[in-house]
Parts: sequence; C-alpha cells; structure tokens
Amino acid sequence: MTTTQTPDNDLRWAVIDILTIARRNVLTLIRIPISLVFAIVQPVMFVLLFRYVFGGAINLPQGQYVNFLIPGILVQTTIFGAVGTAIGLAEDLQRGLIERFRALPMSRTAVLGGRTVADLARNILVLIVITVVGVAVGFRPHGGITPYLEASLLMLFFAYAISWGFAFVGLAAPNSETAQAMTFPIIFPITFASSIFVPVQSMPSWLQDFARNQPVSQAANAVRGLMLGTPTGNSVWLTILWGLGALVVLAPLATMRYRRAA
Amino acid sequence: MRTFKDGTVVALDGVSLQVPRGEVFGLLGPNGSGKTTMVRILSTILAPDSGTATVNGFDVVHQARDVRRSIGLAGQYATVDENLTGFENLRMIGRLNHLDRATVRRRAGELLEQFGLADAATRNVKTYSGGMRRRLDLAAALVATPPLLFLDEPTTGLDPQSRQDLWAIIEQLVEDGTTVLLTTQYLEEADRLAKQLVVLDHGHIIAQGTSHELKTRLGATVLALTFDSIDAAARGAELLRAVAGAALNVDGTMVEYPVDGGPAAAAEALRRLDGAGIELAGLVVREPSLDDVFLSLTGHRAEDETTEATTVRSARR
Repeated sequence: MTTTQTPDNDLRWAVIDILTIARRNVLTLIRIPISLVFAIVQPVMFVLLFRYVFGGAINLPQGQYVNFLIPGILVQTTIFGAVGTAIGLAEDLQRGLIERFRALPMSRTAVLGGRTVADLARNILVLIVITVVGVAVGFRPHGGITPYLEASLLMLFFAYAISWGFAFVGLAAPNSETAQAMTFPIIFPITFASSIFVPVQSMPSWLQDFARNQPVSQAANAVRGLMLGTPTGNSVWLTILWGLGALVVLAPLATMRYRRAA
Repeated sequence: MRTFKDGTVVALDGVSLQVPRGEVFGLLGPNGSGKTTMVRILSTILAPDSGTATVNGFDVVHQARDVRRSIGLAGQYATVDENLTGFENLRMIGRLNHLDRATVRRRAGELLEQFGLADAATRNVKTYSGGMRRRLDLAAALVATPPLLFLDEPTTGLDPQSRQDLWAIIEQLVEDGTTVLLTTQYLEEADRLAKQLVVLDHGHIIAQGTSHELKTRLGATVLALTFDSIDAAARGAELLRAVAGAALNVDGTMVEYPVDGGPAAAAEALRRLDGAGIELAGLVVREPSLDDVFLSLTGHRAEDETTEATTVRSARR
C-alpha cells in the first residue's frame, strides 16, 4: 500500500510548502480571537487614542495631526504585529510541531517562509483596515493613488524584513512567554522613540539623534511623505536600504537558527 | 546504528539493532533511557554525532530526504495544530508530504473515518479529547502511507479505553503491512504489540529478544506475597533473600519473588516462611511481566523521576 507521491520539482514544491504553512498561519490568526484583537482592534484603538485623546496636545506646524498620525500607525502596527511571529514560532517549537515538520520531506525554508508570508497577508489586511478607519476619522492622503500604493508596497517590504528579525527572536526563545518578553525591549524604543507618533524635533536633543536616524523613523517618514505628497528627502531610499540590509542579515540568521533549533 | 552522542551527554552508546519489516519492534525503557533520541535520529530530526543508521535503505544523514519520504512519525505530544480542524491538520501534513490535492483529500477522509474522527473532522482540534488528538496525530503520520512508522510513546498519558483503541489501530496497521518502531515505557504495551524487543537503559541495550524470550530469561513464575504488616513483610523478605537474591521486590506489605527454580522453589519459600512463623495475608502466583524483567536486568523499576518533557527540552537548547 503505497500512495503516489508527485515527483519532486524542488522549486515548485518549495513554493507550495511555503503557501501551505502560510495558509495554516493565516487560519490560526483568524481562529484565535486574541490574535485578531492584536492585529486589528489594537491598531484601531491606537488611532482613536492618538487622534482624540493625545492628538490635541500635539502641535504640528505643518497642518493636521491626523494626517501625520495614520501613516505612522501603519508602520507601528506592522512592527507590533511581528511580535506574533516570535510568539507563534516559539510556541510551535515548544509544542513539538516543528519537530514534526523536520521529519517531513518539505522544504527546509518553508516554516519561516510561510510564517513571514502569513505576516505579509496580515499586514495587507491591516493596511486596508487602518486606511478605512483613518479616512473615517479625518485622514486625507493628498499624495494621490499611485504614491499611496508605492507607500504601501514600501511599508509591506520593510515589515517583511522586520518579520525575519522577530522570527529569529521566536526561535531563540525557550518558550512563548519569554519570546513575548524579549520583544518588548526591541519594539518600544524603535516605535516610540521614532517619528511614528510625534515629530522628532519635539524630543530632547540626546534622543533626537537616535530617533531621527533609526530605520523605523525613515520608514515612517517615507510612508508619510508619499501618502501626503510632502517631500520625502532620502527616506524612501534609506528605507529600502534598511529593508534590504535587514533581509540579507536577518533571513540567513533566522534560517540558521531554525536548522539548529528543533 | 552504533554510537550517538547528544551534546556532551552520550544519549546512545553502542546501540546496534535491526528492525524486521512488517512487524512491531519495541524499544522499551524508562525516561532518559535514549528511546526518544533514537527515534529523533532515525526520523532525521537529530543528526548523530557518530555512527550510522539506515532507514528503508537510506542513510539518515546523507539521504535524509529519502528517509523522510518513507516514514511517518507520531509522538507522545500529539503534535497537531489545535487551532486547525482535524481535516485541516491532515491536509496540511499531506501537502507537506508532497501529495497531490486529490490524494490528500481522499487519504484524509479515509483516515478520519478509520480512526473514528469523521464526525469531528470539521471541528477545531482544541475541542478534541486526549485520545482523539492521539488518533489524529497518528492519522497525520499515515497520510502519506509510509511503509515505516515511528511511534514514540503513543499512549503515554492516555486513559485505559483510549489506549486500548490505539492498540487496536496499531495492530490493524501492522496487519496491513506497516512496519512499526514503537517506543514505550509501558511494559504491558510492549508485551502486547511488539514481537521483537530491545530494552534500553541509559543509552545502552541491556536486553534483546522476543517478549517471550525475555520473560523466560527471568524464570517462569512470580510469587506475590502479601503480609499482615510492613514489619512482617521485611522479615519475610529477609528470609527469602537468601534464596531469591537481588530480584526480590519489596513494596510495603507486598513482596514479589521471581521463582527461578519452578514449583519446588516456590514450595521451599513457603515452607521457610511457615517455619519462621510468619503468616501470609495473601498469595498470588502470576506470570512475570516485563516490569519484572526490567527489575531483574537493571536492579531498578522501569520508572524514573526525570520526565521525558525535560529531556526533550534540554536536548533542544
């Protein structure tokens, strides 16, 4: 009793493996209410919080705070969302699921590839939801449709690179609780000490140097500039460079860690 | 297979064995004896530091992919995704085994039916009982119809009924031609399922043979004596130790005495107790269990304070 196994076409099957894992992770995201809350409800709360509670106290010389805020929230949400990748991978490792995967003839890169592709899917959903919610609370991206799509692609690419970093954290953590704890010292400085919520000029000078030059600020500036049709300076190119650099370093690092982990 | 080192700890040492096709081969041993390490090496999850192993004719290190294509693995943790339904789990594992969609759908349906999970197929695994999870885990290992199945403590932690159900399923699989490498710390399980057995202790094979051979090695019968008090049991045990040696097992008011010399020796033991004026509260004569075999081979019972969970986790670090 043997079942016909399709002869291996490595590349084709690698893609199928990645999509199979991605599908599983997307289903998981939808099935666990708490993960949907983190993915969708939390960023909406951030929009409302900063738009209506803190926003009034933030003075911008260059117009409406809501226009400044929404592109920032988009970038922030993709980073917060990547925490789920770290937790999910740590959980899979802990529960022995990755052991099972390792005993299957599947592609070695599919577990991480599938996970990051699922992140990408989640980020596309976030992009749509936040755009809609943003417009509802007064967000008016004057840059036009094409720059808006460019900004979206740039954001998704940057977020994809970040996912690999969090995948590494998840594989390095002994359990999911620790994985979550390990992400906090990373996500708080890079999202809050950045140009996501407020202009860096409002920060003390010692913090400005970090906040101005770190990659998340570049990404926020680039996405904001493109969406609003304001000058982007070098931020678009710097974001692409940071993203590429992160991918080149973090993807192999996470892959190596995966090979050792299970 | 020969020597495998797991980090600095030698998990398996000098282990050499051959598993015959078409039957259940049992790896018996307490936690930490090296059973799981063995399965992890044979299923290519872990690379051996030294030594070689072939599975279905493929080398586990150099032909890992061919090995993976020809095996199924079901473990003690029932590694299914509890946020997916039973069907979705099987579909995922089937696709990752590189089966085409139609085959995956057909096999998943067959297996869910066969393992009594058809009604639960569209329910999240989260709602499954422990026994159902194990059956699904086993089904996942069988989606690709592998000729060789690794079962790593398949019934650990299951209730007696679920254990019986799983045993029946395993017996059916073997009848249909699957070769099974079974690890277990349940002597009863090895006794019932496995034709050939290897007993592992601290990474070494300490005994090998059929369940019957291992039992006869110990002797025919076990005399289980119950005394009125712990004190009486201790005095009785002392008296019998002269005849029985190390194999004697004292547990509260109970003393188990494997009788090497058959009925004559048993009668002699009873005469001695009677002669010393020690009264018996109960007497049972039974066939030796593999537990008795383990005790006589290692000098300790087949239980260990270290849990397998910690072993696996520390191996992963």
